[in-house]
Amino acid sequence: MNAVSRSEYCVIACADAWRGAGEILASPMGLIPSLGARLARLTFAPDLLLTDGEALLVRPDGTPEGWLPYRQHLALVAGGRRHVMMGASQIDRHGNQNISCIGDFGRPRRQLLGVRGAPLNTLNNPTSYWIPRHSRRVFVERVDMVCGVGYDRAAELGGTARFHRIPRVVSDLGVFDFATPDHSMRLASVHPGVGVEQVREATGFELTVPDEVPYTREPTAEELRLIREELDPDGARAREVPEGARG
Amino acid sequence: MSDKTMTADEVVSRLRSGMTLGIGGWGSRRKPMALVRALLRSGIGDLTVVSYGGPEVGMLAAAGRIRKLVTAFVTLDSVPLEPHYRAARESGDFELAEVDEGMFLWGLRAAANRLPFLPVRAGLGSDVMRVNPGLRTVTSPYEDGETFVAVPALRTDAALVHVNRADRLGNGQYLGPDPYFDDLFCEAAEEAYVSCERLVDTAELTKEAAPQSLLLKRLSVSGVVEAPNGAHFTSCAPDYGRDEEFQREYVSTPWPEFAERFLSGDEEAYRSSVRAWRKERP
Repeated sequence: MNAVSRSEYCVIACADAWRGAGEILASPMGLIPSLGARLARLTFAPDLLLTDGEALLVRPDGTPEGWLPYRQHLALVAGGRRHVMMGASQIDRHGNQNISCIGDFGRPRRQLLGVRGAPLNTLNNPTSYWIPRHSRRVFVERVDMVCGVGYDRAAELGGTARFHRIPRVVSDLGVFDFATPDHSMRLASVHPGVGVEQVREATGFELTVPDEVPYTREPTAEELRLIREELDPDGARAREVPEGARG
Repeated sequence: MSDKTMTADEVVSRLRSGMTLGIGGWGSRRKPMALVRALLRSGIGDLTVVSYGGPEVGMLAAAGRIRKLVTAFVTLDSVPLEPHYRAARESGDFELAEVDEGMFLWGLRAAANRLPFLPVRAGLGSDVMRVNPGLRTVTSPYEDGETFVAVPALRTDAALVHVNRADRLGNGQYLGPDPYFDDLFCEAAEEAYVSCERLVDTAELTKEAAPQSLLLKRLSVSGVVEAPNGAHFTSCAPDYGRDEEFQREYVSTPWPEFAERFLSGDEEAYRSSVRAWRKERP
C-alpha cells in the first residue's frame, strides 16, 4: 500500500471529531469532512446520522433513511443532537469564526457567504472547523465579523452558552483544540511531514504549543481501504489537499 | 370561491416602492424568478427584501431596487458567492440586516403566529448583535433566568413564492424533497403571491402526490400565477434541476449586458432569448 497522503491524514483527523459521538447528526461542510464523517460511521461511530446536504438523511452508500428538510435541520440544531464541522474564512485563538465579510461590515472589502447558521450552531451543538489552507490570512489575531462564537465570548454569556463547545479545528497542517486554562487554541497534533515551526509561522496569533507535539494518528489498514476504494475512489481528496505542495 | 389566477404583471401591479417583500426558496433553489423578472420590468424599488438569498437578491441589487436586505446568506449553491450581490455590498449600495439562519426562521414563525418576537438561543456572543443594534434580548421568566435573543417578527407586506403545482384557489403543492420556508413566508405576509409550474384542478393535486405535499393553504394566498419554468435558472425539483450552464452565464456576464439581453422584454421574450442563447452554445 502506498504511503499515507496528507489528505488522508486530514480525513482521519476529521473522522476522529465524531469518535464517541453516539446517535447524533454529523454535519460536515466540504469534501474532506464529508469523507471523515462517512468513515466514522463505517467504523468506530456506527450510530451517526449522515445528511446528503439536501433534505435527506442517508446511509454511507447514499440510501435514504430519513427526511431532514432545512426547517427540521435548524430545529435539530436547536435541540443539540448534532456535531457540525464548518469552514472558516477567518478564525482566532479563542475559536471565533468568520464567514460573513472581510473588512468593515458597512462596506466590506470582500463580501463572503454570510453568517449562515454559525451563531445558532455554536450556542447549541458542538462545532468543529475544517480549514484546507492553513495560513496567517485564516488564523488571524482578530476576526472581522464574529459568526461562530468563540470561547472568550461564550464565557461572557453564562447559562445561555452552556451547550457551547468547539471540539477541534483541523487544517492541512495539523489538529488543534482548546485544552488550555483560558480555552485558547492549542496545537494537538501535526500531520506527519509537517514541522511545528511551520505551523507557528502559518498562524497569525500565538498558539499554545506543548513540549511534545504528537503526530496525527495513522489510519488503520481498513480505514485506508475504505477511503481509497469505497469513499473516494476518484481521489478527489487530493484536489482539496494536494500532496507535497507545502513541504 | 374566488378564482385567484392572475399574470405576473398583475401581481407586480399590486406591489409598491418602499414595500417589505419576503421571497421564498433557498439559495439558488425554487426561487420565484418569473415574478422577480416581472418586478425588474416595473419601476418598483426602495424595497426591503427578506430572503434566504439567491440570484433574485443579486438581480434586484444589481438593478438598484434594494434599500435594505434581511438575510443569513446569499449564494448560488454551485457557485458559492453571488457576484452581483458582492459587488453591491462592496460598494455599500444598501443596508444589510444580517441574521442567523435560525433567527430568520424564528422571525418568520413569530410573524406567522402573530407574535412580536420569539426567543432563540442564537445570535448572542456573535457580531450579529453588533451589526443589528436594534435587536433586543429577553430573560426567561422561569427559574433558569437565561437570556435569549428576542427575534422580532419578520412581518412582510407581500410574499413571492414558487411551487410545482397550484389550483386556481391558491392551494399550492411542492413535489421536491424540501418545502423550504414558503408556507411560513406566505403566513408571515399581508398578501402572498404564488407562481407555479402548472395550474391544475384541485382534485388533480392529490391524484398522484400525498396530501402532505399540499404546502400552501388558499387562505394565506392572494394570487396564483401559472409560470412554467418560472424558477429558471434556479432549481425546481422534480420538474427540473438548476440550469448550471445558464447560471454560469449569469455569473460571468456583466450585469448591464445580461439585463439587456435577457431581461429587457417580457417572460416570453426571456424564454426565447434563453433558447437563442442555448442554440449558440457549442
